[in-house]
Amino acid sequence: MTPRVLPYLLSAPALLLFVGVVLIPIAMTVVLSFNDWSMTRGIIPEFTLKNWQEVFGDAYFYGIFFRTLRLALIVTLITAVFGAPEAYVLNRMRRPWKGLFLLIVLAPLLISVVARTLGWALLFGGQTGLINKSLLALGVIATPIPFMFTETGVIIALSHVLIPFMVLAVWTALQQLDPQVENAARSLGAAPALALYRVVLPQVMPGLLSGAIIVFALAASAFATPAIIGGRRLKVASTLAYDEFLNTLNWPLGGTVATLLLIALVAIIVGANRLIERRYAQVFQ
Amino acid sequence: MTRNGPLALAYHTVFIAFILAPILIVCWVAFTPLGYLSIPIDAFSLRWFRAIADYPEFITAFWSSIALAALSSTVAIALSVPAALAVARHRFPGREAITALFLSPLMIPPVVLGVALLRFFTQVGLGGTFAGLVLGHIVIVFPFALRLVLAAAAGMDRSIEHAAISLGASDAAVFRRVTLPLILPGVASGWLLAFITSFDEVTMTVFVATPATMTLPVRMFLYIQDNIDPLVTSVSAVVIVLTAILMLLIEWLYGLERLLVGRHAETT
Repeated sequence: MTPRVLPYLLSAPALLLFVGVVLIPIAMTVVLSFNDWSMTRGIIPEFTLKNWQEVFGDAYFYGIFFRTLRLALIVTLITAVFGAPEAYVLNRMRRPWKGLFLLIVLAPLLISVVARTLGWALLFGGQTGLINKSLLALGVIATPIPFMFTETGVIIALSHVLIPFMVLAVWTALQQLDPQVENAARSLGAAPALALYRVVLPQVMPGLLSGAIIVFALAASAFATPAIIGGRRLKVASTLAYDEFLNTLNWPLGGTVATLLLIALVAIIVGANRLIERRYAQVFQ
Repeated sequence: MTRNGPLALAYHTVFIAFILAPILIVCWVAFTPLGYLSIPIDAFSLRWFRAIADYPEFITAFWSSIALAALSSTVAIALSVPAALAVARHRFPGREAITALFLSPLMIPPVVLGVALLRFFTQVGLGGTFAGLVLGHIVIVFPFALRLVLAAAAGMDRSIEHAAISLGASDAAVFRRVTLPLILPGVASGWLLAFITSFDEVTMTVFVATPATMTLPVRMFLYIQDNIDPLVTSVSAVVIVLTAILMLLIEWLYGLERLLVGRHAETT
């Protein structure tokens, strides 16, 4: 066996699987998006731009895409604003508290997203809506806040589901930071807030931004949480594709929604990665 | 290092409460003695845990999930070990493209993969089969397996292998007696992470699974879509507790942070 073919041989089994189960099916979905469909005849294998015209031309469809984008951006912002400080606080804790609380923050990542979202459905609505009950009892609000089937509810639940990724990303960046640098800033007379803003924040920025990309990507493609909290009334791109495929049975249109989601997401992630790498080139070297 | 002030600790307390609240409320409500959901519950009862036994669809879905997770993570690990060795040890044309392809399921929305696989399996005659579900899950968990094996292979001291070769060991013997034992912690943790990822996967599976091959998260998801009652909270509570046990095992054996940071390191 010559060393030149060895790496190809070693990766061949996985490569075959990925060509067969990822590349070909996705290519077929792209082709599907250019097929016609009718209620009576099902999928009609003729080339048409009908689905794409519908997705871009109908306010119902592009409205759902804008909502998906908006929700993902807000969730990214919320996880950054609340997750980054938590990572900083965790990092300054002593053992064993540091390890214990890090475990508590990260553990939900491994718990079924359906179970976590069910928790929010219980906190939001019906006889168990603890949030509204408490706020009403405290006199903070006069009428219950609608959480179920609203963007507010989806944003809160999605932020909860995704915030561990942000804490993890910032935490990893903080591990590479020399605590003496912050102490040096303090000893030179910088107020704690100033040292945080001018010394710590710039150094964890690459971690924060890569966390933001991960959270954004996962929020934009989230399915179970918007499906349970948003319901049929508040659709996002993923739940729209689901409905077209399994309820309306218009696969070509569903395939178009999926293809557009994939293209938009890959373009945004690759673009954002480029920007970050250019801006923080010195950090990556 | 300076310590956290009272304000930081207050923030931390609220944050932890936010993280735990939805998980704890599921476990709490599951103990209700009533036939409907209510909070606070005034008495503890195991009624709804016992009720799970009367719903065979949850039990079969649970075992289906376990079989699926065990099978797909085992195949994924078996494929990822040679792939990781190729990527970690060789510089060859197409290396970056192949690595990107292997990690692509992290970036492709699971909904897209679900849609694509539903169409593909229907065309090739694998529609609604368990085999199709396994193929899909192997792909979904592969990046997690690859990451951890890759980290282990990259961090390995190769002089031990060279020593074995110079002492006359065959390629197969070097792999079996030297390489594999050295990367075993990465392989084992990669398998565990793959297993959990497969067990929790709902989005891709909801497209590919049929009533006969339904997994537990999909069953729970479809149930919740219809109505939320104490039964689904007790099923969720069992899932949460089982995951927590598995997690403590990982923390004890390997370190949860290491597992998750390893899973993360290369996206950054």
